[in-house]
Amino acid sequence: MAEENVLQELEDALVNGLEELKSIANEETLLAWRYKYLGKNAVSKHAFQNINKLPTDLRQLVGQTANRVRVELESALAERSESIKESALAASIASEKLDVTLPGRPLTPGRLHPDTQMLRELYRVFGEMGFQVYRSREVETDEYNFQLLNFPVGHPARDMQDTYFVEAGERGDNPIVMRTHTSPGQVRSMREYAATNPENPPAIRLVLPGMCYRYEQTDARHETQFDQIEGIAVGEGITFSNLKATLSDLARRLFGQNVRTRFRASYFPFTEPSAEFDVECFLCGGKGCAVCGGGWLEIGGCGMVNPNVLRNGGYDPERYSGFAFGLGPQRIAMLRYGINDIRYFWENDLRFLEQF
Amino acid sequence: MKAPLSWIKEFVDIDLPLAELAHLITMAGMEVEEVKFIGLPMPAPGTLDAKVTGLEWDREKIVAASISEVLPHPNADRLTLCKLFDGEREHLVLTGAPNLFEFKGIGPLAKPLMVAYAKEGAQIYDGHAEGLVLTTLKPAKIRGVDSYSMVCSEKELGISEEHEGIMFLADDVKAGTPLADVLGDAVIEVNLLPSFARCASILGLAREIAAITGKPLKLPKWDEQPPAGKADFCTIEITEPKNNPRFTAGLVRNVKVGPSPEWVQRRLKMYGMRAINNIVDATNYAMIELGEPLHAFDYDKLLKRAAGKPVKIITRAAKAGEKITTLDGIERKLDPFTTLVCDEAGSLSMAGIMGGLETEVTEDTTNVLLEGAVWNMINIRKTAKAHNLNSEASYRMSRGVHPAMAERGQRRCLEFMRAWAGGEVAPGLADAYPLPAIDPAVEVTEKDVKRWLGIEIPALQMAELLARLEFKVEVSGTSVKATCPDHRLDINEGVVGKADLVEEIARVYGYDNIPEMRMADTLPPQIGNPVLVKEERVRDLLVALGLQEAISYRWSTPEREAKRLSPDAEQDNKPYVKIANPLAYEKGFLRHSVLASVLDVAERNARIRERLAFFEIGPIFLAGEDPGGLPDELKRLAVVLGGARSAVGWQAADTGAMDFYDLKGVVNGLLQGLRLNDVKYESGEHPSYHPGKCAHVLVGDKQIGVMGELHPKVKGNYDFPTTFKAPVLAAEFDLDLLIELVPPLYQTVDVPVFPPVIEDLAFIMDEELTAEKAEALIRQTGGKLLADVKLFDIFRGEQIGAGKKSLAYKLTYIAPDRTLEAAEVSTMRNKIIKRMEHEFKAKLRG
Repeated sequence: MAEENVLQELEDALVNGLEELKSIANEETLLAWRYKYLGKNAVSKHAFQNINKLPTDLRQLVGQTANRVRVELESALAERSESIKESALAASIASEKLDVTLPGRPLTPGRLHPDTQMLRELYRVFGEMGFQVYRSREVETDEYNFQLLNFPVGHPARDMQDTYFVEAGERGDNPIVMRTHTSPGQVRSMREYAATNPENPPAIRLVLPGMCYRYEQTDARHETQFDQIEGIAVGEGITFSNLKATLSDLARRLFGQNVRTRFRASYFPFTEPSAEFDVECFLCGGKGCAVCGGGWLEIGGCGMVNPNVLRNGGYDPERYSGFAFGLGPQRIAMLRYGINDIRYFWENDLRFLEQF
Repeated sequence: MKAPLSWIKEFVDIDLPLAELAHLITMAGMEVEEVKFIGLPMPAPGTLDAKVTGLEWDREKIVAASISEVLPHPNADRLTLCKLFDGEREHLVLTGAPNLFEFKGIGPLAKPLMVAYAKEGAQIYDGHAEGLVLTTLKPAKIRGVDSYSMVCSEKELGISEEHEGIMFLADDVKAGTPLADVLGDAVIEVNLLPSFARCASILGLAREIAAITGKPLKLPKWDEQPPAGKADFCTIEITEPKNNPRFTAGLVRNVKVGPSPEWVQRRLKMYGMRAINNIVDATNYAMIELGEPLHAFDYDKLLKRAAGKPVKIITRAAKAGEKITTLDGIERKLDPFTTLVCDEAGSLSMAGIMGGLETEVTEDTTNVLLEGAVWNMINIRKTAKAHNLNSEASYRMSRGVHPAMAERGQRRCLEFMRAWAGGEVAPGLADAYPLPAIDPAVEVTEKDVKRWLGIEIPALQMAELLARLEFKVEVSGTSVKATCPDHRLDINEGVVGKADLVEEIARVYGYDNIPEMRMADTLPPQIGNPVLVKEERVRDLLVALGLQEAISYRWSTPEREAKRLSPDAEQDNKPYVKIANPLAYEKGFLRHSVLASVLDVAERNARIRERLAFFEIGPIFLAGEDPGGLPDELKRLAVVLGGARSAVGWQAADTGAMDFYDLKGVVNGLLQGLRLNDVKYESGEHPSYHPGKCAHVLVGDKQIGVMGELHPKVKGNYDFPTTFKAPVLAAEFDLDLLIELVPPLYQTVDVPVFPPVIEDLAFIMDEELTAEKAEALIRQTGGKLLADVKLFDIFRGEQIGAGKKSLAYKLTYIAPDRTLEAAEVSTMRNKIIKRMEHEFKAKLRG
């Protein structure tokens, strides 16, 4: 083999290789090209393998030429390969277009009952104000549900709370009842706290949540089983103006910082003075709407703990004073979320529950 | 309580707009529920915070007019034509009012009739329509005569239901005066709470309005009757003073029973009572005005019963089985707690509730004995409830009336009877008052007010506020001694009395004027509520595991709850806690099972969802050891799963039906989340579950619950739709116990720094060998270096032989302090293989 031929073959391989490379557009052809020009049978490879057969003076030149050809082809290959990948990626991206409006894969998250959600929000807000949660039983004695709360036997105030009685044989003036409010917990908690130090009972700041029962026909606004959360604060120097501030703070937390509150005189046997607690309608801004009527929403009852109740709880009314209030978590949820029927709560229809 | 504004104004001047007045009354504790306008201008919508009803009379179009002559209609006997002057001009107005017939065709009237006249375009109610239908007067021709205006009845003007004839006005009204200026009124309806019993009267409401507006109260005259003298017409004997603290009687002779004056009738009707006759109306009018129920007896009937002896009124408890026929014609069997007014011949009336039929006043009555008494409110309430008899009298008497009002009502009513029915009032009042009321005198100080309300009100101002409510006050220094006025019974002695007075001071001062101040006292001991915290943790875990919380009614029936048990198994024989007065049988029993509640929830939702996953936390109620005592309230957690594992979307997903192991995943997720160690699942039985698919769940040696697939018969007890073929999985836990077992703290381990060695091992073993035992042995053998054992496949088939199964595990070895050598792992593996073979004859699967 003539030495000029070797050099020419190398130069030709370079020119042809570069020329062929230009038209290659995919990875397979590129691989074939690579086999042909850079594989073990490629011209440059041969040149190296056979270099010892060449005359000594030519070996350097052929070696250098073969090396240059290989390097140039390799770099052209790398460039070409990069550009093929780029265009392949561009093509694939262009072809992969999703319909983003198709629905997502349906997951099935668990949910808390809306009443639990409401209670938790109330626990949190009250907790930040220093009120801890105290729970007590749902079936009560007449004594705890009424008498100790200043509803004497036969008193007309009992007409305000129609009562379910539990069959329990003859118990005279102290039948077993389904509690009509969470207030029996007032005396139970006071007695529990007072027992820890009867001479100097500790201060109390509690919320009493729980299910209550009234003997009345149900409709969209009235439930015979409903839940309540009641607050009680007892200490030396608790005042009606503290009560107003506490409930106004609560209203701002629940309904917005600008909401106004008002306190109307009222009557509950276990508080005195007593008040109804109204919040300016957050639905219409107080202008008056179908929900509120005259611009105010009734939220709950409240008042200063009646001295008889303090005494029944083991707190000397000459020394201690306190306030108490009661709210309906369901009512708050109904107002907030536009729930039109209170009976939805315990019916547990998923079409209701899944909305929370 | 309904109160016509004009009537209230007799006792207090009111110069506020009605909306403002209604607001003040509401804020002072007497919620205004409705204001019915009768002619007066109505407020703009939304400005009066109560229901607003009624009709406003156009001042131009509805006026007083005079009729000077009533002419016959040329074509109709039952119609007349009135020659009417409306202050500007004369009209000929067509009417069919029967109360004009007596004037028809008698020529010009000596004294013109004053009537209410509605001109063309006036808006009034249609007198012939059922209920209240608005209509506007338009010109029409009736039987050939033009008609464009109308002489009105009370119904047409919205005063009452009366449409028997036209309404007459007082003679001194000038024709042309807007009717609103003559009769315009508004009826305010307030909701009276039990502590406002004193306001169940016009005077009571007027007193409150006077107090909150600062106007003087104008008390009515109640000392005009009877003439001085000794009452000789009857004697009174009260057998039980605590049930009848006072009884007064007066006598009016030679009355002429007939209709009351028009204005009296109108007021009674605006209040909501029927006008009956001048005697009965007088008792009702005085009752509404002063709040003291009164009763009129026909005195001649009493004389006849006394058969020549003097009349003697006796009040006493009813005898067992005694009967009386009341005014409404109903014969009532009485209980011994009922108090009766009697004479020596027997019972006359149910005291404080309703009179007896026999001695009622009729058109023939000429002599009237009037009762003004007070009764024990507890007794009255009990009797009224027992007979479901809510009369105007029982409404007041069951809330308490002060004995001083008996005398005032009596005297006032005697004068009404004299004025409206003629006759002479006999001298003297028969008055038995064995239990005089004690009006508490309470001392309240500036310090008391500061301590309860948080504000400083000077003693002088406190005294002034109380005096507005007729308290008798004496100021000395910073203290006020206030004596309760003799028209209310809601003020107590001692510290409660102080609270009563503080409330009255706050009400008149205005709750709005008390500033808001945040609490500044010491924080109480911070005890927290650890049980609630753990209960909420249970909720959070179950929600995180994909379950929906439910909250159910606490009541059920034994039959409904029995559905949770297989009919072949032992039934729930524990006695139920029963509601004595349930709304319905279905709401008559307190539940024994939260699971039963959740199964009901699942059943209801099975028609609307393909995947059911619910839990509920709540009490069950079991009769305690003492059947007459309080029941035990025990907290339970119930879980129900069923149907598709994942919700169905448009892409392929695992929509297979959930089975026992889905439930176990939830239960295990919960128990792990609660950091409960030593949890065991033992194959067990329970009347709710499939006997082969039921586990008892234990923590240590304590059983905390049962779980499983519902017994097919139990599932069949529920009305799942036929398309819902999947099994229903359920579990119920003793939540009290579960929470008690939750450790307060738990420990973590370090994240490993050295790489793990992971390898798979599968063993062929007997079918009877439980997975739990196999895994326990592997773990025990692997010791500390075997960080995790995870079952990833179970295989059964011919290749491994009948009665065999292959369990494949992924084992993770980790050393905390070094990279494990291959040789160490292989030694461990061989040890495991050898022990599995030795202990369980389990062979390594090749």
